[in-house]
Amino acid sequence: MDLRRDVFQAIADPTRRAIITLLAVHAMTPGAIAEHFNSSRQTISKHIQILTECELLKQEQTGREIYYQLNPKKMKTIADFIEPFRNMWDDRFNKLEAVMKQYKTKK
Amino acid sequence: MERKTKVHAEDGKQDLTITREFDLPVALLFSAYTEAGIVEQWMGTKVLKLENKQHGGYSFATSDPQGNLLFKAHGAIHDIVPDQKIVRTFEMDSAGFDAQLEFIDFEPLTPGTSRLTMHIIYRSPAHREQQLKLPFAYGINMAHNRLQEIVSALK
Repeated sequence: MDLRRDVFQAIADPTRRAIITLLAVHAMTPGAIAEHFNSSRQTISKHIQILTECELLKQEQTGREIYYQLNPKKMKTIADFIEPFRNMWDDRFNKLEAVMKQYKTKK
Repeated sequence: MERKTKVHAEDGKQDLTITREFDLPVALLFSAYTEAGIVEQWMGTKVLKLENKQHGGYSFATSDPQGNLLFKAHGAIHDIVPDQKIVRTFEMDSAGFDAQLEFIDFEPLTPGTSRLTMHIIYRSPAHREQQLKLPFAYGINMAHNRLQEIVSALK
């Protein structure tokens, strides 16, 4: 599952973007993050795991609690918005090429 | 998948260039921009109007599977030369962004391959930044879903 560790795939999900927004304010425990969503704690914890796997989040142990915070280094790579923009066009053009190849053979 | 699409955007400028080489003859590439039924397929939008002529206009609308309107855009075609170029404006309806000017050039590379160059000019560097951030906000999600559908259809 290489795709899952891709940063832009990770932030394509609205819940995960919401988690990033929450953590932009301050570090939080998984429980505190989950309280902001209607989804089950299990689901939120899966989203946190994905964000951690692609290094957007860092864990920090404080006593018995684990706090999650943003990893500023990785966040910088998504601050470069050209990549998702390029991806969007690349997807469109891939589709264009596929559609026209079919069109050609039909003719 | 090979990264064929390139985006050139210099810091602080109000324009950018998108280039892409296609494994298609230039005439087919051009049709992908002028035949409504085909535009609908690769842009993933409904084409409400597409007048391929000088001083013509176009408008697109995209809805989600539930029928809610997600995106509407329109523009004027300033100039169009078959298999060579389209010069047009583009503006999203009720999104609060200004219109942008698009120079779309089509060139043959070999009889079976071609290159597309899209030079987009925004009103200001800030306007360009806003537009770049849009796919991050929602476009990327839709594009990824669509890509996934295509890829699974190929399997």
